[in-house]
Amino acid sequence: MTSLAELSTTPDDLIRKDRVRTPLYTDPAIFDAEMTKIFRNTWVWVAHVSEIPNNGDFKMAQVGLEPVIVVRDRKGKVHVHLNRCRHRGATLCEVRKGKTSSLVCPYHGWGYSLDGKLRGVPYENGYDEKTLDRNELSLKSLRVEEYNGLIFATFRDDIEPLADFLGPAKKWIDLFMKQGGGYPVKTLGEHKFRFPGNWKIQLENTTDAYHFPLVHKSFLTAVDKETEQQLDMLNNGGFVEDLGNGHSVMVMIPELIDLDDNLEAPIPEKFADLAKELAAEGYSDLEVRRMVRAVGGSGFNINLFPNVACSMAFFRVLQPVSVNETEIRHIAIGMDGGPAAANRARIRLHEFFQGPMGFGSPDDAEVWDRVQHGAQGGDEMWIMLNRGFPKEESLPDGRHRSDVSAETGMRAAYDQWKRMMTV
Amino acid sequence: MTIPATTSLPVTLAEAMEFAWYEADLLDHAIYDEWLAQWTADALYIVPIEPGTTDFENSLNYAYDDHGMRKKRVERLLNGQSISASPVALTVRSLSRFRLLQTDEASCELRCAQIITEYRRGRERTYTGDVTYRLVRGSTGLQIARKVVWLINSTEALGGIGYIL
Ligand code: FES
Ligand SMILES: [Fe+2]
Repeated sequence: MTSLAELSTTPDDLIRKDRVRTPLYTDPAIFDAEMTKIFRNTWVWVAHVSEIPNNGDFKMAQVGLEPVIVVRDRKGKVHVHLNRCRHRGATLCEVRKGKTSSLVCPYHGWGYSLDGKLRGVPYENGYDEKTLDRNELSLKSLRVEEYNGLIFATFRDDIEPLADFLGPAKKWIDLFMKQGGGYPVKTLGEHKFRFPGNWKIQLENTTDAYHFPLVHKSFLTAVDKETEQQLDMLNNGGFVEDLGNGHSVMVMIPELIDLDDNLEAPIPEKFADLAKELAAEGYSDLEVRRMVRAVGGSGFNINLFPNVACSMAFFRVLQPVSVNETEIRHIAIGMDGGPAAANRARIRLHEFFQGPMGFGSPDDAEVWDRVQHGAQGGDEMWIMLNRGFPKEESLPDGRHRSDVSAETGMRAAYDQWKRMMTV
Repeated sequence: MTIPATTSLPVTLAEAMEFAWYEADLLDHAIYDEWLAQWTADALYIVPIEPGTTDFENSLNYAYDDHGMRKKRVERLLNGQSISASPVALTVRSLSRFRLLQTDEASCELRCAQIITEYRRGRERTYTGDVTYRLVRGSTGLQIARKVVWLINSTEALGGIGYIL
């Protein structure tokens, strides 16, 4: 196993409080070490509960580079199993999502129950009890915990409970889930795309308000005036706060922190038709206002180290592929059991910005691609993360807060990165 | 265009093919004003994600464009503000394997294969899929009432697509 110390004379040559060196994006040895030291040693997001609502529902996911199956068993309990047969290692599942009553390996037919126990071995008389103890050959299962619908898994049995790992981020997750508008939050499909760059480039971006007015100029040109003003992120009094353990929150639209507040405020012009449609369906004025406000999404991004963000109106999941390749999923969310019109409005907003054909994501992907390309030069140079550093305010518990365009969230993430990588 | 505006005969495969190639040519050569004019007022341009989707309106798509969104997409390609579209990707699309699924005097349903090769910033990429057109006879000839692009890899991770499929 490569340690950070072996990659460089001292870790400080590679990573400091307010800057990191270029090999963090380009060195395959660092990438390999990250997959072990970070992704095998922390809580990694694998699913939202609504992706596997019923017993028997499953989906494929990854923890680092390791393929897993997230499955709800017959009793409703969620398991995360390594997607690997105990016989000779074939994947049990190559279907993205679905419903099943057992997991049967296509190679020699070993069958497992949804909780991971080995149940059936064809032509079992080729083994005796000594060579095949079924109890020893359950699927490798990870530890699973859930917070407010977010399911995380870890290979480690001895790290802190998920709730402690999330810490101050929990309050923000609760606020984020208010965009169910009175209904539970439900996933509505996803946009997946790939860019030829390191995963940390996207990790940084989720807490980078600085780029928005420039990179997303063409999106801002395409939206209505009211929305454009709302998205004038650098002038709205927002802030970035370090939430501990590498997590952070970036508040871009402070009046959209709590979607239960300001319900009496006028309904934005772009939602006037939706409000009328909902009222015509018989929803009360209060319900309509609450739903319409929820449709617009939250005014903040929560970056949860290392692989997921609750980002304004969707989940953003990053999947490292190799040192210079990353897959991103933008999972649309809506109201489970809520009015179709409200969910349609959310879907259309998602399509507008996100995904390979959105008016926002391709521009993000382009600049990330350029970061990776630029990083092919100047190995010895620093990536600057010092924006807003001097003016950072310290909170009583040692966390930090700064203005919205500060790189405080990235510094929080790299703090955690360094803690985990120097072990 | 030489396609007759009104006739009592069903739309033929030849007419429909000629129209689809014409649209492809407009897009590859960035003749967007003319392209925007080829659609009926309530037409939709759709790039779905899930194969076999029928309820596009209530599903998440890659694109679900009415006239307003098509116009915005064109503006984005032309106004130089989008970094992923400056320079804009060069495209060449090849349409073949045409089949009329339905036809009458007023309209037809055409299905064909489409392979687009994109070139941009030293990189060449290909997107392959089926296209289904709903074409209707307007006063000036055929018009698009609906175009759906079914990418064969729609459920996989795609690259940024900074142009119109
Ligand atoms: S590899 Fe799974 S049964 Fe043989
Ligand atoms: Fe962005």
